Amino acid sequence: MSEGVKKFLYVNRKAPHGTIYALEALEVVLIGAAFEQDVSLAFLDDGVFQLVKGWDTSELGSKNFQPTYTALGDYDISKVFVERESLEERGLTEADLLELTYEDEDDDWAEKSSIRVVSREEMAEIMAENDVILSF
Amino acid sequence: MKLGIVVNEGPYTHEASDTAYNFAVAALEKGHEIFRIFFYHDGVNNATRLMVPPQDDRHIQQKWSELAEKHNLDLVVCIAAAQRRGILDENEMKRQGKDAENLAPGFRISGLGQLIEAGIQCDRLVIFGD
Repeated sequence: MSEGVKKFLYVNRKAPHGTIYALEALEVVLIGAAFEQDVSLAFLDDGVFQLVKGWDTSELGSKNFQPTYTALGDYDISKVFVERESLEERGLTEADLLELTYEDEDDDWAEKSSIRVVSREEMAEIMAENDVILSF
Repeated sequence: MKLGIVVNEGPYTHEASDTAYNFAVAALEKGHEIFRIFFYHDGVNNATRLMVPPQDDRHIQQKWSELAEKHNLDLVVCIAAAQRRGILDENEMKRQGKDAENLAPGFRISGLGQLIEAGIQCDRLVIFGD
């Protein structure tokens, strides 16, 4: 890792609707992408609902920002960790989640999945490895 | 240690702003440097100079403003979050064609880049929220 680059982890813990945390967290992620840091996203607790396919908040009168998640790969965000226990506790599996992809520059720009389902224990290790944790 | 502080909740409903304030005071007493305090989400509401709490309660905005003046702190309010919630300085009042500004002394309005910069520059970024 080059000098001056820190590992940023954005932790998303809230459902996509009900509060503004998910939307305003994404705004930080998109602005932060311009700073060329080592960025990961984590989804746990009700935050896993942010990645579930097919939700649309526009009928609630709020901006439907689900398409933004699928654009994260264009912002060079290739590490999206989802906590397995949080999925299971909510009756969800990886098949319920959006397909988030990125193009791997080290592998002839092959399109790969950004999502990695990890255990709660692994999530704790991921948090410990990061320098800056922004929790929403 | 160089510290960054983030306040993600508004005054009174949540204790986050009080806790962040107490943390900041304690850190300064211990000789730590506070690089920046960033107000995001409803945290921007800590920066309205129009809050009028009962006299027997603490005045959260005044406490922040006084702390900023005493220690020359950089209190930054996120512009996007502030505009949604009606927190404007004089520039934004004019730019948005509004008839009032309400940003308290010691606070300034700026972008989310200031939050990322604090993460990069500080030894620790400490988040206070719900």
